[in-house]
Amino acid sequence: MARYVVDVMPKREILDPQGKAVLGALPRLGFAGVNDVRQGKRFEIEVDGEADDQRLDDVRRMAETLLANPVIEDFTVTPEAPA
Amino acid sequence: MRVGVVTFPGSLDDADAARAVRLAGGESVALWHADADLHGVDAVILPGGFSYGDYLRCGAISRFAPVMAEVVAAAGRGMPVLGICNGFQILCESHLLPGALIRNDHRTFVCRDQRLRIENNRTPWTSSYAERAEVTIVLKNGEGGYVADEPTLERLEGEGRVVARYLEVNPNGSLHDIAGIANERGNVVGLMPHPEHAVEDLTGAGTDGLGFFTGLAALATT
Repeated sequence: MARYVVDVMPKREILDPQGKAVLGALPRLGFAGVNDVRQGKRFEIEVDGEADDQRLDDVRRMAETLLANPVIEDFTVTPEAPA
Repeated sequence: MRVGVVTFPGSLDDADAARAVRLAGGESVALWHADADLHGVDAVILPGGFSYGDYLRCGAISRFAPVMAEVVAAAGRGMPVLGICNGFQILCESHLLPGALIRNDHRTFVCRDQRLRIENNRTPWTSSYAERAEVTIVLKNGEGGYVADEPTLERLEGEGRVVARYLEVNPNGSLHDIAGIANERGNVVGLMPHPEHAVEDLTGAGTDGLGFFTGLAALATT
């Protein structure tokens, strides 16, 4: 079993209202000095077989096809070492 | 004119869209998301709602529904396609229209009678409006902020592809006050406000939305 993590984040130039909401809430809870919060998504994907370049490519294609919208989001794919 | 209205799991406004088609003199045809067949319709409406619960991103799952491959192919052949609200989001996710719709900048759901200017009356969906007509149409969305990169916005503006623009207030943070856009050919239109809710005096704020459906019906008879 190979495992990959896909992190999806709104592009820097795209407004992130959810991150802004969290940023607004933190000082109210007493957390001072927080300058910025961006909110994204994390996907943990398990695929059959061993991690290799082919599967990494497959997961990248999953990310650009479905998991992320490249118009407004960036993504990274990271293979996770077996536990 | 036979107009297909697609129902996805979580569509809300399919019945209203079908009713608007009939009030405008057209014949509405119910289309099902899992049925890869447009049943010979002359035009398609992707209605508002929360297809697939807005999971992942609004419209992201619906884009891959079996019916959508047919809609994309038909749109490429010039069939008129109108996406309203969630339908607009699906059209952007399907790359039939550029840009994307993100959460409203003020982070709250908005529901209001919205003033709009019809900026482009040369699409099959807007041909019954006078150029630069000002209308009031219901707007209701949580993720209606239209965004696109600067070159895309310049192209949309330069090619007259902004179909409708918000007047008086920008209700959701849309760039350039954009309420609706068209593809290059003009047959595919995405619109965040809901003209299908503004077709009868009994409900809603007047009948300014009816023109989106009568324009199409008029095309069939000319």
